[in-house]
Amino acid sequence: MKALILLSSLGVIALLAEIFSFKKLLYPLVIIGLITTFIFNAFDWGTDRIYFNMMRYDDFAVAFSSVLIGVSFLWFIMADGFFKEESNMTDYFALVIFSLAGAVIMVSYSNMAMLFLGIEILSIPMYVLAGSKKDDVLSNEAGFKYLIMGAFASGFLLFGIALIYGATGSFDIVEIAQTVAAGAASSIFYAGLLLMLVGMAFKVSAAPFHFWAPDVYQGAPTPVTAYMATIVKTAAFAAFLRLFYTCFQGSAATWTSIVVVMAGLTMLAGNITAVLQTSAKRMLAYSSVAHAGYMLLGLVALNQYSQGSILMYTLAYSVGSITSFGVLGYVAKAKGGDAVDSFNGLAKTNPFLAFVMTVALLSLAGIPPTAGFFAKYYIFTAAFQAGHAWLVLVAILASLIGVYYYFRIIIAMYFKHSNHEVTIEVSANHKLLFVITVLLTIALGLMPDFVIGLL
Amino acid sequence: MITLLLIFFPLVAAMLLLLVKGEQVKKIALGAAIVEFAISIGALFLFQKNADTQFELNYPWIRSMGINFHVGMDGISLLLVLLTTFLVPVIILTSFNKNHKNPSTFYSLILAMQFALVGVFVSLDGFLFYVFWELALIPIYFICLLWGGDDRARITFKFFVYTLAGSLLMLAGLIYLYQFTPNHTFDIAALYAAGQSLDAAHQGYVFWAMFMAFAIKMPVFPFHTWQPDTYTTAPTQGTMLLSGIMLKMGTYGVIRWLLPVAPLGVEHWAHFAIVLAVIGILYASTIAIAQKDFKRLIAYSSIAHVGLIAAGILAGNVQGVQGSMIQMLSHGVNVVGLFFIVDMLESRFNTRELHAMGGIRNVNPQFAVLFLIVLLGSVALPLTNGFVGEFLLLNGVYQYNAWIAAFAGISVILGAVYMLRSYQSIMLGETNAMTASFAPLTGSEKAVLVIICAAIIAFGVYPKPLLDIAEPSVIKLVEGFKLAIGK
Repeated sequence: MKALILLSSLGVIALLAEIFSFKKLLYPLVIIGLITTFIFNAFDWGTDRIYFNMMRYDDFAVAFSSVLIGVSFLWFIMADGFFKEESNMTDYFALVIFSLAGAVIMVSYSNMAMLFLGIEILSIPMYVLAGSKKDDVLSNEAGFKYLIMGAFASGFLLFGIALIYGATGSFDIVEIAQTVAAGAASSIFYAGLLLMLVGMAFKVSAAPFHFWAPDVYQGAPTPVTAYMATIVKTAAFAAFLRLFYTCFQGSAATWTSIVVVMAGLTMLAGNITAVLQTSAKRMLAYSSVAHAGYMLLGLVALNQYSQGSILMYTLAYSVGSITSFGVLGYVAKAKGGDAVDSFNGLAKTNPFLAFVMTVALLSLAGIPPTAGFFAKYYIFTAAFQAGHAWLVLVAILASLIGVYYYFRIIIAMYFKHSNHEVTIEVSANHKLLFVITVLLTIALGLMPDFVIGLL
Repeated sequence: MITLLLIFFPLVAAMLLLLVKGEQVKKIALGAAIVEFAISIGALFLFQKNADTQFELNYPWIRSMGINFHVGMDGISLLLVLLTTFLVPVIILTSFNKNHKNPSTFYSLILAMQFALVGVFVSLDGFLFYVFWELALIPIYFICLLWGGDDRARITFKFFVYTLAGSLLMLAGLIYLYQFTPNHTFDIAALYAAGQSLDAAHQGYVFWAMFMAFAIKMPVFPFHTWQPDTYTTAPTQGTMLLSGIMLKMGTYGVIRWLLPVAPLGVEHWAHFAIVLAVIGILYASTIAIAQKDFKRLIAYSSIAHVGLIAAGILAGNVQGVQGSMIQMLSHGVNVVGLFFIVDMLESRFNTRELHAMGGIRNVNPQFAVLFLIVLLGSVALPLTNGFVGEFLLLNGVYQYNAWIAAFAGISVILGAVYMLRSYQSIMLGETNAMTASFAPLTGSEKAVLVIICAAIIAFGVYPKPLLDIAEPSVIKLVEGFKLAIGK
């Protein structure tokens, strides 16, 4: 709860910056604010308090909030250019921080109403941010598409909540679970459940509801894409898991087979389409879809490993994504395009960036000893123990396809020669950021106990 | 402690090496590799000649998954560690005449590779083994990608995906076994017990999951298609690492993991797998005879040699396994020598075509003698190192099945054919304009060849000390295997 209050205040402060003209101070203020929030959030560990029957700050909520706040801290360092260039930067600050507050609600709700509010608070700023490059057609398209699709998904979700309320007479996720366990589930309840499943699948971009993701990811400004791929995805998965792990576990028999198919489709569709892309940004967008598929494995496992494995996966994936989008931002700016070819010869002109990108890609591809490997391993084991051996086999096959396109960038960097070589200057902040993410990637791969031991 | 030192010394050296600039890199890398060799010699002296696992260390690593940093060496591990620590300095020495671009990265990757290889050979925890196994792939991939020949991007990528596919299957196999361990652990003893508690059909699945990984790494026919291209395009030192040491990861994997984990699976499928291996021997030898490119010829000869090693191990008797241990060492030494000779010729003449050369013996008789010794080791002439291993291997396969042994035995003759033929066209005959300009051997070239020839002869004449190291462990392993299959 402390995290939510602090973040909301931070958002209000950001809005005031324009009026009281302390715009220049805002960036350091936000960074300090995030660090403070992270620390205060950690104090909630182990308290497990319920607020007004609406929010529940259990360890799950605290752990995921920490990941969200920590990753957004990294994101703010990565995206500093985004806030410098634009004239209305205070709005952007406020929008990002409010959406982060929405994300925190999504990981700590105990009532369907709060789930819906969290999703909307998270999403509405993102619609604006996705379209924030006003003179760019693609960015406009991204914002518009995201808004339409997001609203559509929210509609499904709301309809589902309404039906479930009708069937059980409650918005509280624990009470609903108890009512269902008592044997009062009707067909209306199941209809509601499926509608909610569709809504959540939209939000996490699981196949066959993933078609918006690549366009939006490609069109949005790169820092916003990174935000969507990390914070939004983490929050959406945590919300998804919280809902289905707590509320709908009793009715698992009806929905696991659907999610199994969805997971398989998402992994294959995401990875196979990613292979065909020429734009690195679009490729990372499809890879993000594919990663949603792997994360669904943790959901269908529905055992004691589910929460820890998804926590680990979102963290490993977020760190890898922040790094890869950060490097992509530099390369796209220097070469004037985000095609895979833009990476040609990067190892020669800037070995540091090439090395950082290699570590990030190895982690995304799941090669030991990186965080991505252990995350994959852990989530595969979770699914395997729940008896989904075939799904794990599909996942292994999909990871192999993944290696193919991640290595295209590595090969481009180290092997291909560029026609016009540009030396890229990396700012000191970003150097620090990349050193942190590389160390984090390797440390999480070698000592995953710190994370998976939490939940 | 000495195990930790053996594993992590090359890693630390590799990292420090990145900070070094300029000409000294080679020397410092060589120094580090020699220190590592000295450490392994220390381990050899401390080693008690019995079947026990020694220098054992066991620290918890990832508690929640029952994964431990469990390492130790028995005779089998020790021999392969010795092979690694012996070959890495030799491999570094072979590069002394070459100036690679970015030398600090190059040598750092070689030492990083050594770190992973030693790790593979001493791991006593399934998960740790897998991590080291995969870790070995990354440095060699970059060595081949950055310093390789034409079309290397495509070829090294094929190699990477091929071996990764195998490794993932092995991981699936390990996770499967992990389910059956009583308190969910990856400890080697628990995995052995879990594997042996399965029925024959399920052990068959485990066999295939793990055998695929090992078969691709070695490689065994028909999983060999990545190998000739990769060996040919890789830089010489990369080829030496691949063929001299990395290939032994596969054969070691079969001995350490496959035989004890899925004995019934091995018993059921061994016949099929041995036949595959023998087909590979004949196939690769035949292709080697038809090769014009000397480096490619040796790549194919390597498939033939490793096929015999695989057949010997899968035969599952003491002679076969013991022979494979010896042959792994001999093959490692010989193949490094042969690839070095290829490199010497290529750097002088800019070609590897056999028919373009000839008559070098007239120009440099000293080189001719050294080449001949390496070659005789490779064709397994008595009193060279190749003979001991090949004899034991054929003996082991013969006990398993006489017919298979007869076909495998043809490989010795075929091997002699292509090796002697290549010697003939390179060294004998008329000296042509190109070969007349054969530059005299440099100091480092002489040093490498003399070290390798000395190893070939010493080991051929008196192999007993090395045989004794592995024997108790091999006997224990084979008896365990026979007990498990009820013979």
